[in-house]
Amino acid sequence: MSAVSLTVNGKAVTADIDPRTLLVQYLRENLRLTGTHVGCDTSQCGACVVHLDGEAIKACTVLAVQCDGRSVTTIEGLASGGELHPMQAAFREHHGLQCGYCTPGMIMTAVDLVRRKGNSLDEHTIRDELEGNICRCTGYHNIVKAIAAGAENMAAEPQKVAAE
Amino acid sequence: MTATGIGASVRRKEDQRFITGKGRYVDDYNRPGQAHASFLRSPHAHATIRAIDTSAAAGMPGVVGILTGEDLAADKVGGLICGWMIHSKDGTPMKAGAHPALAQGKVRYVGDHVAVVIAETLAQAKDAAEAITVDYDVLPAVVETAKAAGAGTVVHDVAPDNTVFNWHLGNQADVEAAFARAAHVTTLDIVNNRLVPNPIEPRAAVGEYDEAEEAFTLYTTSQNPHVARLVLSAFIGIAPENKLRVVAPDVGGGFGSKIFIYAEETVCVWAAKKVGRPVKWTSDRTEAFLCDAHGRDHVTHAELAMDEGGKILALKVHTIANLGAYLSTFSSSVPTYLYAPLLSGQYNIPAIYCEVDGVYTNTAPVDAYRGAGRPEATFVIERLVEVAARELNQDPAKFRRKNYVKSFPHQTPVIMMYDGGDYSASLDKALEIADHKGFPRRRRESARNGKLRGIGFSSYIEACGIAPSQAVGSLGAGVGLWESAEVRVNPTGSIEVLTGSHSHGQGHETTFAQLVSDRLGVPIESVTIVHGDTDKVQFGMGTYGSRSGAVGMSAIAKAIDKVVAKGRKVAAYALEAGEDDIEFKDGRFSVAGTDKSLAFGEVALQAYVAHKFSGAQLEPGLKEGAFYDPTNFTFPAGMHICELEIDPDTGVVTIERFTAVDDFGNVINPMIVEGQVHGGIAQGVGQALFEGALYDSDGQLVTASFMDYRMPRAADLPSFEVGMTVTPCPSNPLGIKGCGEAGAIAAPAAVMNALTDALGHENIAMPATPLAVWRAAQGSPHLRPEAAE
Repeated sequence: MSAVSLTVNGKAVTADIDPRTLLVQYLRENLRLTGTHVGCDTSQCGACVVHLDGEAIKACTVLAVQCDGRSVTTIEGLASGGELHPMQAAFREHHGLQCGYCTPGMIMTAVDLVRRKGNSLDEHTIRDELEGNICRCTGYHNIVKAIAAGAENMAAEPQKVAAE
Repeated sequence: MTATGIGASVRRKEDQRFITGKGRYVDDYNRPGQAHASFLRSPHAHATIRAIDTSAAAGMPGVVGILTGEDLAADKVGGLICGWMIHSKDGTPMKAGAHPALAQGKVRYVGDHVAVVIAETLAQAKDAAEAITVDYDVLPAVVETAKAAGAGTVVHDVAPDNTVFNWHLGNQADVEAAFARAAHVTTLDIVNNRLVPNPIEPRAAVGEYDEAEEAFTLYTTSQNPHVARLVLSAFIGIAPENKLRVVAPDVGGGFGSKIFIYAEETVCVWAAKKVGRPVKWTSDRTEAFLCDAHGRDHVTHAELAMDEGGKILALKVHTIANLGAYLSTFSSSVPTYLYAPLLSGQYNIPAIYCEVDGVYTNTAPVDAYRGAGRPEATFVIERLVEVAARELNQDPAKFRRKNYVKSFPHQTPVIMMYDGGDYSASLDKALEIADHKGFPRRRRESARNGKLRGIGFSSYIEACGIAPSQAVGSLGAGVGLWESAEVRVNPTGSIEVLTGSHSHGQGHETTFAQLVSDRLGVPIESVTIVHGDTDKVQFGMGTYGSRSGAVGMSAIAKAIDKVVAKGRKVAAYALEAGEDDIEFKDGRFSVAGTDKSLAFGEVALQAYVAHKFSGAQLEPGLKEGAFYDPTNFTFPAGMHICELEIDPDTGVVTIERFTAVDDFGNVINPMIVEGQVHGGIAQGVGQALFEGALYDSDGQLVTASFMDYRMPRAADLPSFEVGMTVTPCPSNPLGIKGCGEAGAIAAPAAVMNALTDALGHENIAMPATPLAVWRAAQGSPHLRPEAAE
């Protein structure tokens, strides 16, 4: 067993875990943060995307012990003070989700995309950047719209964008 | 129209929990004392099991129990069933081989279930499963659809030539007579590629047994929990229905693949009592590829007969349908009654004859996948009419228009009675949105850039709203296909609607609430939709076949009518007026011609306090239920147009525009309906250009991961241009036809018609991958720019 200490959604957590525990298992099974999903076993689908020190990673491809001393934000930690993050609100407003299973990963990827590419995103950029996230329901049409709108709203409503 | 009523794009009520990570999917459920299951699966496509040695595995750390097919047999647990009886042409019933949840003596496909290990942790269960020794006698595998019949190797002894049925529909003599006088015949050989549904949530199950109640609970990823309970109870024999609760909570997509009652879910609930612990299993993606029911997989020869002017005279189709190693829950209905009755498409075809041979192979079971039979039928007729128009040098749009059904009701020669539609209207609108007039200019521009541009049409029709129970019963269905609803009004006027439909992405919690809000004049926030739990909802047939609007909501509408009727009685007492004088409008019961009225909520309270009437006069309370059995199928139809460009140097296809004009009848929530269209198109484009499940000659699935099976990704698709026409459905009270499958049904033919238009020849099959397109482009007469002028 290995000791691990990290910050998850702003809260310090420590645990003694099997060293082969993946971050996604730790989040889902130990912390019961079940908003982060597992959709494949080859790091392709992106349902498990969370932020590690503010950057998007696939939680199925990182060991929990690798995150020792670091800070993780999951979909549960994105809204601040009961207010939806602008990207969450944009997914609802633009019907960017159907079954909801890929959605947490999509939203976390989208927030990271804005961090990297700014608030004004064209369709081509958004589609290219979604290479690592698979949705089977929406045909991506409304996800693309939601991300473009959410990116703009993140600039307009910086107070709702929680500092990670 | 109110802001939350019928016709409004109300933002979805269910989204709040999904966007904040609060959705509750089956894998999010953990029960006290739960153990974890791992299945030992066959590495061989076809083998006899000589012996299974579990002794080493049983001593591994954490192992709670190991169960095999022998244990199932000892407990007299029944096999998995196929619920639709098909009879062959000669009248004999289909040949259904036994389908035990854990193999008994033989394995029939890679991934077939040999044993289950239940352990304290999943890792321990997997480790122990690897320690089980199985002595296999490997047999040759039957893999290819077209070569399965009489392959020499027998998958099931009951079907010595691997043929499940030789079925037919239509009038062969009429068809042959029409072909004899035809001026032109167009012939096509078509492979409808095998697909893996791949909802992003893998299947999962938690089985639990309560010793005190002597009752089971199964949490499962199901599109139809009541049907699952019925099958587990009546056929598999887990427990009587009153001792078996099935819960399908938030379900992460289905597309048909979660209709079926599978081995793993069955084993989890049975094993929970055997080992005395709740048993949890969650599929990984590889298991999903191996064992979720696949879709399509047809090999078809089709011929279309026409007169001199291009009027269609007759259609003749022969299809071999791969059903896989076992008959899955509804598998036999898909290539038969969900397929051949749609071969008439939108056309007036006087004579049709279709033969279908269903075959066993050593591959995963094949069953309904989004569209289920109708995409296959649409692909046949829409490729045929496109090629026929080209062969006759006629404009494909005009050729279609000439042959459209134009008056309704229209009886096809293959069962269906089309009740209404306006196919030319959809065509006109689609041509306009797609800027069809500008296509020649765009094609010339592409040619100047060394690219090949093509345009393709697909005039699809589907039979949805399944289905009139009497009709499907006469065709072999083992169940009725009505839907149930219960509208429970609380004393303070809030409402729970219990529905037998199941939402796994379709947004029922919103659209169904819109209907109730609209009809009863109550705020949408006061309406809660309850579904997916057999302990809450009395019965239901579930969600598939685009039936939840047309059938599920019709049941709710029927129950609402009863609530209003009861409310009028209550209001009459409360307002001291005659029942005939009570009017209900905009959420108020009022006495005609007076200013006396009560709000819906006030009447609800009066119904429960029962102060204004005696028990002899009226029953207290306000709760009504309804079962709605449709009177006909519904017939959504439309025109999808694909415009694409091929880079002949790389074979890469870019979809430049995709236009969809659909007639779904009346629409409750346009935003949600358009979303359904988008998703369907993506799956249809996926079938045409990317997706294909491939088995090698030994029966190994070589496309068993997202690394190998090419799912459509965001950059593969354009934004879609979606339009609608509306002819209300005359066959149900809401005028709804259904929208869930249209895109998947229409898109493959639109894409392939565009691709072959760009190539200038028909010599390419789905999936048209870059390599296939590159090869096909080498033979294109359009390759020189001047050829496109």
